[in-house]
Amino acid sequence: MHDNEHASHHHEESFIRKYIFSLDHKTIGKQFLIYGLIMFFVGGGLALMFRWQLAYPERPVPIIGASPQYLEDGEVVTGADKMWERIYESEEEEWLEANMPNGVIEPAFYNMLFTMHATIMVFFVVVPILVGAFGNFLIPLMIGTRDMAFPILNMLSFWLAVLAAIIMAIGFFVPGGHAAAGWTGYAPLSSDPQWTGVEWGQNLWAISLLIQGFSSLVGSINYITTIINMRAPGMTLFRMPLVIWSLFIVAILLLLAFPVLSSALALLIFDRLAGTTFFTATAEGGGDPLLWQHLFWFFGHPEVYILILPGMGIASELVPVFSRKPIFGYRSMVYAMIAIAFLGWIVWGHHMFQSGMQPVLGSAFMTTTMLIAVPSAIKTFNWLGTMFKGSIRFTSPMLHAIAFVSMFVIGGLSGIYMANTPVDIFIHDTYYIVAHIHYVVFGGSLFAIFGGIIFWFPKMYGRYMNDVLNKIHFWLTFVAFNCTFFPMHILGVGGHMRRISNPMQYEFLQGFEGMNIFITMSAFTLGAAQLILVFNFFWSMSRGKVAEKNPWHVNTLEWEAPTPVPHGNFVGQVPTVYRGPYEYSVPGEESDWIPQAQPEHAHATGGD
Amino acid sequence: MLRDTPDRLPQDVRPMSNARLGILVLLGAEMMLFSGLIGAFLVFRMGNVTWPPPSHIDIQLPRAVTGINTALLLLSGYTMFQALRAIQKDRVKQLRNWLLLTGALGVLFLGVQGSEWAQLIRSGMTLQSGVYGGIFYVLLGCHAVHVIGAVIWLFIVLGMAVSGRFAASRHIGVETCAIYWIFVVALWPILYVLVYLA
Repeated sequence: MHDNEHASHHHEESFIRKYIFSLDHKTIGKQFLIYGLIMFFVGGGLALMFRWQLAYPERPVPIIGASPQYLEDGEVVTGADKMWERIYESEEEEWLEANMPNGVIEPAFYNMLFTMHATIMVFFVVVPILVGAFGNFLIPLMIGTRDMAFPILNMLSFWLAVLAAIIMAIGFFVPGGHAAAGWTGYAPLSSDPQWTGVEWGQNLWAISLLIQGFSSLVGSINYITTIINMRAPGMTLFRMPLVIWSLFIVAILLLLAFPVLSSALALLIFDRLAGTTFFTATAEGGGDPLLWQHLFWFFGHPEVYILILPGMGIASELVPVFSRKPIFGYRSMVYAMIAIAFLGWIVWGHHMFQSGMQPVLGSAFMTTTMLIAVPSAIKTFNWLGTMFKGSIRFTSPMLHAIAFVSMFVIGGLSGIYMANTPVDIFIHDTYYIVAHIHYVVFGGSLFAIFGGIIFWFPKMYGRYMNDVLNKIHFWLTFVAFNCTFFPMHILGVGGHMRRISNPMQYEFLQGFEGMNIFITMSAFTLGAAQLILVFNFFWSMSRGKVAEKNPWHVNTLEWEAPTPVPHGNFVGQVPTVYRGPYEYSVPGEESDWIPQAQPEHAHATGGD
Repeated sequence: MLRDTPDRLPQDVRPMSNARLGILVLLGAEMMLFSGLIGAFLVFRMGNVTWPPPSHIDIQLPRAVTGINTALLLLSGYTMFQALRAIQKDRVKQLRNWLLLTGALGVLFLGVQGSEWAQLIRSGMTLQSGVYGGIFYVLLGCHAVHVIGAVIWLFIVLGMAVSGRFAASRHIGVETCAIYWIFVVALWPILYVLVYLA
């Protein structure tokens, strides 16, 4: 409502205003990044717990489970034994005692683990990092403005996300445990407490996601307004870096998709707390369980593209920089992203082929789903075309970008395969689906996140991350990732259902025991490898090698700003933009890069 | 120190101010929220052979009174438009009067809705009356919450108008409120036709 034409203020701010309730887009971006990394470990820890159960059903989880000696003769050996001893001695019936006796994961507890793993990874890790952290940090810097259009709303967006995380965390400690109906919260499993035995956990899950929806809403209003209105002089839409295009499109998707989930969550809360029957079929004019699936996936499928499009944007920045070549087909990249975003609205039924939905509709959804392969292939071939005959520099960010492209291809191809309704009859609800989603969201989004963190770290903190640790982290992650998720394709084709806590109960799955153990071992390696990244991240903040202003020789505007970036971003005037973002190795030029802010006919100065 | 440098796109290149753009973007999200609820309503409406379902066949919605109420709300859209016109011509006193009238119509709408709801609840139609009662209260309640929010916003703007914060050259505060108000008003006839008449 007020005008936001304020320029930078150079008075000293208190610690709280500067680091906690900051209005500066860069600080808010870093806050989102650290928030996401913390939640990444929560979500990953939950995954390791249920992976343990799948490999060694009915054996206590390491570290928090009781030791073998304790189980055999009651001898207290470890700290965990002491904890269990105390739990058994206490008079009250403790929740842990019923759901995780001695650290063995019971089926109900298992349901909670995979539900919360996915919920946290989707809503509290990938979206906050890709959209919250990179969006806030990069948008004003890359379009050449001093801050977001609405800095106060920006701060609100972060603190609403924190509130949502706190409410989600409380859910772990309420009686009855946390939500256990899957991250998709299918009704009536989620709408009626009698099916899962979960009382307040599911309510808190819904309330937390409602608040996260407000946070996303506020954030996306900010992003859209900033990108439309606040670009630097000369920064036309088709001179914007592709990562900004991707964040712009994602902001529109978030803006329009999340309210639909909010409406479904509101109906769910009424069903659970006010006795309505929206998602339960009853004799006296009851509701429809499938309605939840329609509403959820109408949000959920655009959400899937919200998770991957910024990753595509980041890869589109890294690949040209480290190939020293212009991006191949800039405009087709933009149109492909717009096409993916549009198609994302009309494919939600492919999640529901086996739900009892009208089969004719299934064919329609199959067709629209397969169409997405076209823009996705355009993007993939453009990345390959960019690398083709480039002088590729295999830096850590580039390795992650190449991993992104190759893993996205595997995930994309299995996606086309699953989109066929006849194939889906066989592989729906199996580990094949689990493999697919992880190839796209881990192999895609997370590799892009890692690459982006390493790439922009010098601009964020003025220092490099340690490259040896980065390389170790990359190779461990890349190998362990494939060892973890590739065998899941085979499990899935072998009929291994997802969301079962003990495959050994089924005779036809017992042959997969070795593979399940292998996957679990790889998953633990994968989890351990991430400790290297986080150690490197925090260590390099204060101890890393000091970086110059533009260490990778990049054209885009964020590298015009001094390092570390001051309040107000640019010294003097904001830069004027004279050219597109990817003018690398232009024939006849001395330097192999021409910054966007360099006027025509002036020679590149190179370096800093 | 940086205040007078040409920081961004020149004003004439911008399609509209940040505040106006922001509020229009917000309306996109609001439309999707109501689309979700209206979608749910249509699923229930089509999924039941009779509407209201047999167990609640005796429910009579107050069509006529609500129809008059609809007219009142539409009228408030017109008065809000007049308020905006007044401040665009720098007539601060007219702005106050039109805003006051608009707010009064909004409160009147809420009052009539509230008394109708009280009567319906007394006659036995509650949130638990199957999906018929459930979606009636949730969908229209969601709209009512939006009207309450708009009324509060309007009275804040009225307070600012009384203290002389607006002029022809500076009335974005009135404009954003008016855009939101007119959205809430324009949404209601759709809900009225769907829920009361269809």
